[in-house]
Amino acid sequence: MSVTTWGWLIIAFPLAGSVLIGLLFRVLPAKAAGWIGTLAIALAFACSIGALLAMLGHPAEEREFANTLYDYAGAAGIPFDLGIYVDQLSVFMALVVTGVSMLIHLYSLAYMGSDAGYRRFFSFLNFFVFSMLLLVLAGNYVLLIVGWAFVGFASYALISFWYRRRTATAAGMKAFVINVIGDIGLMFAAILLIKEIGVSDYGSVFERAPEAFTTNEWTIVAICLLLMLGAFAKSAQAPLHTWLADAMEGPTPVSALIHAATMVTAGVYLIARSYPLFTLAPTAADIAAFVGLFTLLMAATIALAVTDLKRIIAFSTMSQIGYMIVGVSIGAYSAGLFHLMTHAFFKALLFMAAGSVIAAMAAVQDIDRMRGFRRAMPFTSAAMIAGALALAGFPGTSGFFSKDEILAFAATRGGMYWIFAVGGYIGAILTAFYSFRIVFRVVYGEPCEEARELEQGHIHHGEPINPATGEREDTDVGFPGPEHHIAEREWPMKVAMAVLAFGALFGGLIQIPGVTDVLESFLEPVFAASPIAAGVHVSTTDAYIGLAVGGICSLLGIGAAFYMYMVAPGSTVRLRDRFGRLHDFLFNRWYFDELIDALVYRPVVACGRFASGTFERVVVDGIVRGTSDGVGGLGTVVRTAQSGFVRFYALLVVVGLAVLGLYFLLAAS
Amino acid sequence: MGTTWYLVLSALLFAIGAGGVLIRRNPLVILLCLELMLNSANLALLAFGRHLGNADAQVFAMIVMVVAACEVVVGLGLIVAMYRRRIPLDVDENRGLRG
Amino acid sequence: MEQVAFFAGAIGALGGAIAVIALRNPFYSVLALVVHLFSLAGLFLLLHAEFVAAAQVVVYAGAVMVLYVFVAAYIGGFEEPLWDAIPGQRILAPLVAGALFVELSIAVLGSGLKSLGSEGEVIPIGFGSPEAVGRLMLERFLIPFEAASLLLLIAAVGAVVLAGRRPEPEGRVDREGMV
Repeated sequence: MSVTTWGWLIIAFPLAGSVLIGLLFRVLPAKAAGWIGTLAIALAFACSIGALLAMLGHPAEEREFANTLYDYAGAAGIPFDLGIYVDQLSVFMALVVTGVSMLIHLYSLAYMGSDAGYRRFFSFLNFFVFSMLLLVLAGNYVLLIVGWAFVGFASYALISFWYRRRTATAAGMKAFVINVIGDIGLMFAAILLIKEIGVSDYGSVFERAPEAFTTNEWTIVAICLLLMLGAFAKSAQAPLHTWLADAMEGPTPVSALIHAATMVTAGVYLIARSYPLFTLAPTAADIAAFVGLFTLLMAATIALAVTDLKRIIAFSTMSQIGYMIVGVSIGAYSAGLFHLMTHAFFKALLFMAAGSVIAAMAAVQDIDRMRGFRRAMPFTSAAMIAGALALAGFPGTSGFFSKDEILAFAATRGGMYWIFAVGGYIGAILTAFYSFRIVFRVVYGEPCEEARELEQGHIHHGEPINPATGEREDTDVGFPGPEHHIAEREWPMKVAMAVLAFGALFGGLIQIPGVTDVLESFLEPVFAASPIAAGVHVSTTDAYIGLAVGGICSLLGIGAAFYMYMVAPGSTVRLRDRFGRLHDFLFNRWYFDELIDALVYRPVVACGRFASGTFERVVVDGIVRGTSDGVGGLGTVVRTAQSGFVRFYALLVVVGLAVLGLYFLLAAS
Repeated sequence: MGTTWYLVLSALLFAIGAGGVLIRRNPLVILLCLELMLNSANLALLAFGRHLGNADAQVFAMIVMVVAACEVVVGLGLIVAMYRRRIPLDVDENRGLRG
Repeated sequence: MEQVAFFAGAIGALGGAIAVIALRNPFYSVLALVVHLFSLAGLFLLLHAEFVAAAQVVVYAGAVMVLYVFVAAYIGGFEEPLWDAIPGQRILAPLVAGALFVELSIAVLGSGLKSLGSEGEVIPIGFGSPEAVGRLMLERFLIPFEAASLLLLIAAVGAVVLAGRRPEPEGRVDREGMV
């Protein structure tokens, strides 16, 4: 089968799964829905492998395939078609997305087991995977926007999955609104692109772009900045990042899939895919890189202070995506994408482990209350440690190789780009620290009450509460179910976590500089036209130096965490008290929410109030009422002719007749 | 007698009928004045018919008579109904349809 | 001879018309109209419309006027108040009617139809006879004839519906004539 046929199948299976579960949700038994969903994604994964194998049958330079199902150019008036574009980049993204999604579906089979909305969950989850695959396989910018928008919707639907929880629905709306801002940027970018070049499919755009634009011409810079707006909203980079922390209101598998492994990486994919445009607008690329660096550092510092387990991991995601954005903006395309893949593995793993721990804690997410789970949940603890090691970039793990490759590239590029290398390494120290903050708090130490209960053999059952506000809830439809599922007792969760742990720990082996280089050589032809990739070659020596520095950074971070949590417990508390103001600043997430509230929300609401209160009441209503009053007044004047007297009407008739007669007489004479 | 005489007479009768409609308040008398007007029209019709030697005018006049009869029937029915319901038989009193 | 007949008929018609609008008692007005109709029938005879004249006497003065007489008797007399509800109607009405008459006269007298002064065409024998009118009605004017009969039917039904007794309580009547 041809590569593009595999491509269409990749998209078709999750869509079919979603529609099937959605249509049959009343008659389908719960577990069946889960298996259908998982099977759909497994089939999509198999098709991705099929596409890869079919692609490998072609020589390296000729691995770009486009295929169109229907051309809308005539009907819609703009040049786009229902077409996919399968090259190494798309296949890579499809493999990552379907692979990780398949494992998360497996995990959710057990984790969401007692939820009343089980079938709805799998339908939405399948729909999300379909949209994400549509996004990465789309062949033109317009279809990309379609996939982009669907992904945004799926994210909203899944964040607000427990829809009777007010915090969840508020978080869903916040995520959607911020994503829409990004969508607007993306749409304007596409409009500008079509206006300037006249086509929207990737092949033609990238071909014609160098002729249509001069470097750093304001149109191409504007297009790239607008693309970045979309990318930053979707990938939660500053200042459009405030939604990601709140998005943790969704169920843990959702956080794992959408807000760690796949959706938030859509921005990275967009920048990587549009690299010819960014090559023509180096200013925009540099701005993107700096935003990524800023987010990287900001999120890492926040992760040091917040106490909700899922939020720590969310800020960690933000930070790591900052690395990826830096990577694809400065030209380290394959390195950035490699980090995307490894991040998907270890971040999903961390979320899964966190889900297990939170289940054991009866839905409490506060890290201050969790301690010492290593005896009660050995498997989960091991998974958590594996994920944290990879996140911290411990030598030998996948994160080690991927993260440091980006930084080595930055260092090699030289000049201004040393800032990224230095900032990245500082970020690496912070990353290592906070990842092991989690580990040492949750896994080690004296077992907390819930852990001790679990050691005895039963999961702690508290009152069903909202972890954010602490208020009591129901366990019916629209709320989390009454039972909690931990990895030790559910084999699907175990299998998924084991596979991901393997990938997190050993996934880096495919891209050891100088030794394997599998990924880089695979992706190289995609970015062959980039002058940066052609001009900057990281020599093997430099790469190993970079790796060494990265390894030292990670060990430093782990060591510091070990000291502060294990050797000298209480030192963090003393630090917090000493630097109270700094801690508050970090704990309140750099006050970004308050900033947006003051800068954006309040003025808009004031405008709205003005519009509805004053403008609407005085101007619009005034015009409408004035018109109606005028007409009414005119009517009152005319009304006097309707006196009700028949003889008066008859008089008018005769007068009219006389006047007519007079007219005709005069006309005839 | 020339046709002019008949036509002038017809015009005079028509004007008298119109004046009657405008002046009188009893609906019955108003209907009578309407009859005056209709008959004056008939006279004019027949005068012209005789003048042109065309008997179509006479058929026309018959039809006018039929229409007048219908109108009288309905009008008188109305007046009887009004009288039965004790509505005052005065067109000036009955101005419920004023705007 | 013809002039005498014409003036007799004309005076009768005019007198009847003026009596209709001037007499206070509606019953007398009805009788005046009957006189007017008879005079008009005479004038019709002068115009060689024999059948129409006969129909005028039999149908119009005979049946329709009898209907009027019945209703006038049923309703009874009714004194019209002297004051006028519509300001100016008493003055305007005669004025407007007069203006109408003047215009029509000017139209007739001053028209370019000079031949109006004469007697007109030569009338064939049997011009206004029932046979001639009947033939016209059934040949050329069949459809208007049938339509007129339909109209009569509808009017009759309408009158029955309007004036028929209805089982309603008779209520008070307010000033505006609403029950």
